[in-house]
Amino acid sequence: MKTVRSMVLVSSDPVSLQRGGQDVFNAMQHHIKAFGLEDEISLIQVGDVGRHDALPLVIVYPEAVIYGPVRADQVAYLVEEHLYKGRIAAEMEASVRELTGRIAWLHARKGTLPAEQRIVLRRAGIIDPTDIEDYILNEGYQALGKALSEMQPADVIEEIKKSGLRGRGGAGFPTGTKWGFVAREKPGKKYIICNADESEPGTFKDRLILEGDPHSIIEAMALAGYAVGADEGYIYIRGEYVLAQQRLKTAIQDAREMGILGKNIFGAPFTFDIHIHSGAGAYICGEETALIESIEGKRGQPRSRPPFPTTAGLWGKPTLVNNVETLANVPPIITQGADWFRSFGTPSSPGTKVYTIMGNVNITGLIEVPMGITLREVIAFYAKGMKGGAAFKLAQTGGSSGSIIPATLQDTPMDFDSFSKAGVSLGSGALLICNEDTCVVDLAKVLMNFFRVESCGKCNPCRIGTQRAYEMLDRISTGEASLNDLDKLVELSENLYMLSNCGLGQTAGTPLKDTLNYFRAEVEAHIRLKVCPAGVCKMEAMVPQY
Amino acid sequence: MSVGTKSNQTVIEVVRAAIEQHGTSREELIPILNDVNRALGYLPAEAMEEISRRLHEPKSSLFGVASFYHMLSTKPRGRHVIQFCESAPCHVVGGREVFEALKNELRLQPDETSPDGKWTLITTSCLGVCSVGPVVVINDDVYGNVDAKKIPEILARYA
Repeated sequence: MKTVRSMVLVSSDPVSLQRGGQDVFNAMQHHIKAFGLEDEISLIQVGDVGRHDALPLVIVYPEAVIYGPVRADQVAYLVEEHLYKGRIAAEMEASVRELTGRIAWLHARKGTLPAEQRIVLRRAGIIDPTDIEDYILNEGYQALGKALSEMQPADVIEEIKKSGLRGRGGAGFPTGTKWGFVAREKPGKKYIICNADESEPGTFKDRLILEGDPHSIIEAMALAGYAVGADEGYIYIRGEYVLAQQRLKTAIQDAREMGILGKNIFGAPFTFDIHIHSGAGAYICGEETALIESIEGKRGQPRSRPPFPTTAGLWGKPTLVNNVETLANVPPIITQGADWFRSFGTPSSPGTKVYTIMGNVNITGLIEVPMGITLREVIAFYAKGMKGGAAFKLAQTGGSSGSIIPATLQDTPMDFDSFSKAGVSLGSGALLICNEDTCVVDLAKVLMNFFRVESCGKCNPCRIGTQRAYEMLDRISTGEASLNDLDKLVELSENLYMLSNCGLGQTAGTPLKDTLNYFRAEVEAHIRLKVCPAGVCKMEAMVPQY
Repeated sequence: MSVGTKSNQTVIEVVRAAIEQHGTSREELIPILNDVNRALGYLPAEAMEEISRRLHEPKSSLFGVASFYHMLSTKPRGRHVIQFCESAPCHVVGGREVFEALKNELRLQPDETSPDGKWTLITTSCLGVCSVGPVVVINDDVYGNVDAKKIPEILARYA
């Protein structure tokens, strides 16, 4: 790789592209050439950098100056000022030093958000995701090299166990233990599956990892294959993630050409290859046994368990299924050690967590922070407060199967154990933050509609239960329900939890339970007074009483 | 040659191309259906029949798969497919008003296709672009931070 004076990164995630990111990139290319700077400046398109309020972004290194949103017609000025004359493009400076949707700049990426700690996203937005050399120059494939030359498979599993890494897909199962289950199956055909069917509403962390740093997942899957004795891997990626699929395809191809995938990797007696399997639009395929059915070319309906996939998974063979974010943590743990990893987060939930922030807040996007920070911190520091100074009412975590967290719990540390003690769940890391204009009945109805639509229909409790729950919530929202219905809703959510075959049905009742736990008065107002306190529900049944 | 047979031939061509790329094993069924659906806009009966013949799989089983996944359609769709995200993150930031505006502007209900075959309106679950909700996707174009007032201008971009 040649030495350059400056590196210019242009964001190229779907939102940037929709807002003219490609034109900005093309204009950059054109003007850099026009000034004859093409040998001194490297220009690359990178994945998401996490500032969705100001896309498309242009970032100039080594100064780490961020401009955004940038229009194609401003590029000539930017190139002349910053890259040719070497000073910050003053006209593109905002009156405030923060990105607020207007053109702005700020120094040092680390300073953009307080105390962000990036492990899985450390390269996203910094390297060129389509260039394997860029990955290698940034410590890429070091972990795989270290494992293959210095470590036995059992050592790799031991290191992951010691790190305390827990699954980031929602359930929080200890990763090392899961690896151990697959490793102890008798030698023979085994599979590694990367679950990239990210479909929890409000969750897009995996997309950003795949778009910004695809090689990290390839490296992690190869490490997993070495540790458990598998020689084949599948990335099951949702059909809607077109850009991520392209990036992965390129990455796998490049890795094969470099001998990082294939036979005798790094000269070791280890063979591993990866296939991409695209989904076709079904939330349930994020459930690991449904995902396996889907790879086999069938309807994505979950299997009955046991046997668990670790014993009998893809084509009946032992299979390790891990979420994208979980895998992205693996290479740094191998290179830097379990003790280093444990220095982040809380003792029972070490490491970081990527959260997606959305809803009625000033800044939306994603952050990676140590486990155990509180919702209050997220809203105040990272989201820069509620939009319009409104009051915080509730947050919905982890997509639709996550909990509804009332304002009273906003000081609970966000880690697996503290949340479960408080009776709520962390889920997949989506934080939908709502103000007082949000009606809990309306929100619960939207969430239940999601489950009703996405239920695969295999088992009755889920197929019928979610439909009936939706109908009851609909009646509450129009003022036609009776208090009796609330008891039925409680019963229904218990039945969903106890009787459903898989996680979808089991967690579908969670929003109902939380709503009635924390916001019963508001729900009852819909029934007793035929009034929606937030003014959202239309209350069609309300007729004047004479 | 009538229009019917011509389109029939196109269907067979598309299926052949997809099978050539993916092969005829059962595990490739979803990629094949994805390709055909993308090329033709939906999965016509002739295509299903041809795939069934080539993969030696019963049509019932193919239909079972095709009807299961949202991205596959067994019904013809309009030239432009509008997907509206109805999940909670888009809903709480004003999605409901956007959807009302879409329905009014198009005079369509969800899952309907306009009589001139121009538009199909469908609702979808989360598309993973929640930070810029409400989100509307037309064909492959993602529109974020949509409000009801922008709808006519967005629709006007499509012929």
